[in-house]
Amino acid sequence: MSGLGIVMLVHTSLDRAEQVARHWTAAGCPVVIHVDRKVPGAEYARCVASCSDNPRIAFSDRHQCDWGGWGIVAASQTASELMLERFPETRHVFLSSGACLPLRPVQELIDYLADRPRVDFIESATTSDVSWTIGGLDHERFTLRFPFSWRKQRGLFDAYVKLQRAVGFRRKIPDGLVPHMGSQWWCLTRQTLSAILQDPKRKQYDSYFRHVWIPDESYFQTLARLYSTHIESRSLTLSKFDYQGRPHIFYDDHLQLLRRSDCFVARKIWPRAERLYQAFLTDQASAMKPAEPNPGKIDRVFSKAVERRTRGRDGLYMQSRFPRHGSENGLTSSPYSVFQGFSELFEDFEDWLAAATGTRVHGHLFGPERAEFAKGETITNGALSDCALLRDYNPTAFLSNLIWNTRGERQCFQFSPRDTQDINWFLARDKNAQISVITGAWAIPLFRSNLNFSDIRSEAARLQQIETKQLEVLTSVWTKARMRSWSLADFIEAPMEPLQAILDEIGAHQASHLTEAPTMVDLSGFGKFLQNLKNQGMHPYLMGDFPSDDVFGHQTKPYRKPYLVQ
Amino acid sequence: MSLFDSYKMRLRRKRRILRCLRRRRELKPASNNTSAIRRDDILLMSVVRNEKIRLPYFLEYYRKLGIDHFLFIDNDSDDGSFEFLKEQADVSVWRTTTSYKCASYGLDWSNYLLRKYAHGHWVLSVDPDEFFIYPFCDTRPICALTDWLDGSAVRSFGTMLIDMYPEGPVDAETYREGQDPFEIARWFDPGNYTITKNPDYKNLWIQGGARARVFFRDKPSKAPALNKIPLVKWDRRYVYVSSTHSLLPRGLNQVYDEWGGEKASGSLLHAKLIDTLGDKAREELKRGQHYGGSGEYEVYAKQLEDKPIFWCEWSEAYINWRQLEILGLMSKGNWA
Repeated sequence: MSGLGIVMLVHTSLDRAEQVARHWTAAGCPVVIHVDRKVPGAEYARCVASCSDNPRIAFSDRHQCDWGGWGIVAASQTASELMLERFPETRHVFLSSGACLPLRPVQELIDYLADRPRVDFIESATTSDVSWTIGGLDHERFTLRFPFSWRKQRGLFDAYVKLQRAVGFRRKIPDGLVPHMGSQWWCLTRQTLSAILQDPKRKQYDSYFRHVWIPDESYFQTLARLYSTHIESRSLTLSKFDYQGRPHIFYDDHLQLLRRSDCFVARKIWPRAERLYQAFLTDQASAMKPAEPNPGKIDRVFSKAVERRTRGRDGLYMQSRFPRHGSENGLTSSPYSVFQGFSELFEDFEDWLAAATGTRVHGHLFGPERAEFAKGETITNGALSDCALLRDYNPTAFLSNLIWNTRGERQCFQFSPRDTQDINWFLARDKNAQISVITGAWAIPLFRSNLNFSDIRSEAARLQQIETKQLEVLTSVWTKARMRSWSLADFIEAPMEPLQAILDEIGAHQASHLTEAPTMVDLSGFGKFLQNLKNQGMHPYLMGDFPSDDVFGHQTKPYRKPYLVQ
Repeated sequence: MSLFDSYKMRLRRKRRILRCLRRRRELKPASNNTSAIRRDDILLMSVVRNEKIRLPYFLEYYRKLGIDHFLFIDNDSDDGSFEFLKEQADVSVWRTTTSYKCASYGLDWSNYLLRKYAHGHWVLSVDPDEFFIYPFCDTRPICALTDWLDGSAVRSFGTMLIDMYPEGPVDAETYREGQDPFEIARWFDPGNYTITKNPDYKNLWIQGGARARVFFRDKPSKAPALNKIPLVKWDRRYVYVSSTHSLLPRGLNQVYDEWGGEKASGSLLHAKLIDTLGDKAREELKRGQHYGGSGEYEVYAKQLEDKPIFWCEWSEAYINWRQLEILGLMSKGNWA
């Protein structure tokens, strides 16, 4: 007989519980099983009969156990009392559930506890120290009343909490108690446990805790503080919870993870995880050296799951993630750059940008004829088609798809007032967008075109109107994008500084300064061109102030030194 | 959500139920093994017509996944599908010779059988060319998923239909009965799907993929819907309203998270684009029994004459569910 006794709370899969119980008793540990009253009598009787050959398995009186209710505490009490009374050699009582599985040889746990005969293993922290409470209730668990079920009557539950807060209702916490909370799976010494169960004030404590919310996480945790001489505030049971406070479940494919955890007991095990039961309930070679439990790896796996469920992957839209307006955590998955007016002002700007930054530089992705992917591709990452109709059917999805599909490679693309404008609000609201606009640069292709002047004039008026509207969007108070704009006149005064700033922000692979500047198109006569537009009654203002006397004739070579000297 | 709106939806749901009850006599039980269904069994519901060639692999796939009992409605097959299904011990089959279109494209029939036999069960409603993939499907049977959904108080599980296609022309390789269709059609489009929300039923409306890219590039709005909610813990008050795209009550369509997180979801691999498509398209066109005046099949029949190739250099070859999860085509959500 060993000094370790197991109390097992069972509510489903009685055959699994029996299997585990036999494993404990085979190592000399007595087991007291409490079966939920909700389990049908016949099933219960079958389980009792099947265990009757084993003198170390006992069954305690049954209580009805509901989540968050008193029944679970009552069950633990009754079963513990039976354990202490029936098996007098028991020194530590270990509270477990039917879905718990010992991961290490039982003897190792027995030895571990024998080395620490006066230590109570119970996670127990004051309400101000825990961050994992459900429903935002921590201290109020102990001062309000909870007659309604949180799972089944959520509306009433919340309303009643609100009401009590409003009228300032507070229950009195019994004198001498400091509320503590922690995992419900503990391992207490006979001394501490019997002190709790035989306390003269137990009646008073019980009637108080009966109305505390989720008392199984606070009853023993609080009372142990009164009597224990040495509390180790941690649970020997590995148990992970999801963001709603439900325990994560272990399956066959967790076998290696569980093996390496060095934990004594884990829960919850899926009842049909045949491989796990087989692996851990057969005789295993004990660890080479006595190891402390080390659940780090498992922690990471499960905390990742919680993060995926609560935050998700930025910029992903799919069948199970479709954030509402404003809840996106980033409309796209990674930063990208939008250039407006640059490819009009510079010859071969796209090639230059690609060479200078090492990014993927597309043409006008939202061009009216087609999406101009880099290198003239007609289809790109993710099987995204360049077909304008497909793209314009849902332009925001087109862009978020492109950025998602090319994760890890920065994308740049050109934009202009000639392109589909439906994307503007999306661009403005996206914190990943770096937008650089040279306003009025759309006039350059018109200036260099071979159109009739009246056509030029009406086209110029149209484009100016579009760009004005676009700028309103891009500079609105809701804009989260990194937005820069210069008038054409300002930009050509000193083109290298803005270019350098943009490239620095992209984090180009060449950390050094720009050595080679892009070539600017010939603008001689542009001032006169603008003056002609004005003379025809149009008011071109987005390009800034250009002298009409064509000073650009000699300003077309603004940088004889095509690099920036600092 | 106004009260009036809720009431309108309630009426719609009631009308659907009445419809399916009215049409129950069209279904003739041919082999009813439903008495073998146990309390926690997971069921599969499917409407078939001349799918003999697909059925053996279909059954094999879903048996391996852990489906306990199959409910089939045979709509007037003449290729031996019916006889084949009748012989299977874990299959119950009903036969009908009436119009598919008049039965709301088969929905009235399946709604009726679901109501009658699936109450309280998890049930997977799929077509014979749809293959369900869920997180950990290579290591955990489907009851692990449904147990977990039960434990998380989730009633329905969303998926996206992924059109799979071969490398060459659709009819270049012949599909043999019993063969895994994804040996032939192992490619798919990884990242060109578009989503909008349907304000009526609150379900997502997903379009895109290979068919939108090749067949519907001139009219993308007509591209088929890819959002599906095939796995539901059925209750006799539930009804499917439009294929398996949406259900009533609307809460069942909330298979997606709206606050930035990811719910767990799966995929349906769609083995439609293999050599059987041509015959199917011609047949369905003749019958005119499909949605939108069989407009979809009209497009297929016309385009198939040009021997289209769906494959492009950005197509992905299917490996496993983990690949789909990395690509963002499904999610483990909170399941670990």
